Amino acid sequence: MISIPAIAFYVFSGLMLLSAGLVITSRNTVYSVLFLILAFFNAAGLFVLVNAEFLAMMLVVVYVGAVAVLFLFVVMMLNVNMALPKRDTRSYMLVGSVVGGILLGELFLIVGVWSIAPEAIDLVSAPQNMFGQKGNTHALGQLLYTHYFLAFQGAGVILLVAMVGAIVLTLRQREGVRKQNIHDQIKREAKDCVELVNVPSGQGVDL
Amino acid sequence: MIITLEHYLTVAALLFVLGIIGIFLNRRNVIVILMSIELMLLAVNINLVAFSQALNDLVGQVFSLFVLTVAAAEAAIGLAILVTYYRNRGDIYVDEINMMRG
Repeated sequence: MISIPAIAFYVFSGLMLLSAGLVITSRNTVYSVLFLILAFFNAAGLFVLVNAEFLAMMLVVVYVGAVAVLFLFVVMMLNVNMALPKRDTRSYMLVGSVVGGILLGELFLIVGVWSIAPEAIDLVSAPQNMFGQKGNTHALGQLLYTHYFLAFQGAGVILLVAMVGAIVLTLRQREGVRKQNIHDQIKREAKDCVELVNVPSGQGVDL
Repeated sequence: MIITLEHYLTVAALLFVLGIIGIFLNRRNVIVILMSIELMLLAVNINLVAFSQALNDLVGQVFSLFVLTVAAAEAAIGLAILVTYYRNRGDIYVDEINMMRG
């Protein structure tokens, strides 16, 4: 008997893996970005299945709302057409499959023989029931703003540095462009720019 | 039929390997390589959240949040570098990026 959560798990994970495969094999980069969005939506579904609602919503907001749209902007801005020759694709696919296959085999070996140590359960520092019936978001917030406050601030600093870095990298000062400088215009006064010259008749004036 | 931790670990492993294959497969297109890195970070996140649920410990989700932050920062910086590089060269072929070396 297959339960509803099991069906949901297989649907979400299957769609996620399928769209991840299409991200890396699409010849059109715009399609890759759209499949990336689909993959993240399905990952959010998986997160909901394990009661991580806040992270699921974060995934949708941060990835679909910000990162994927950023990718889409850059893809459309750069306007690069890069279809690889079929021959190159095949040789890259071979190398990638070999490396990926070895890695996958090793990961399955680990998953196969691995088990949770019996004393690990004593090391749990923030069990769900510590927060009563407050819900995932409330519990995460309580944890973030107390035990992990410094790390949380550090995450904020990382985002600030990334923002400043991105602006510095892409800001461009163009030479020879005449722009309106409002500060200069307002600062300008009559005594700096108007000079009254008394011209003696018949002699003219040197300017 | 119950979905266990192993199911999630398997899915995350498959997603991680897809990301690695993506890096090899798209040697020309840096944008898709960045997307592959995002997929690999997503696989890591799935692992963290699955363990968080299996061990009944919320700390895994906190760490997943930090991974999310770093992934967003990395995507922004990576794309900014890409835009600068494209302005200088007019293409983003990975094979020729070594011309930037000193």
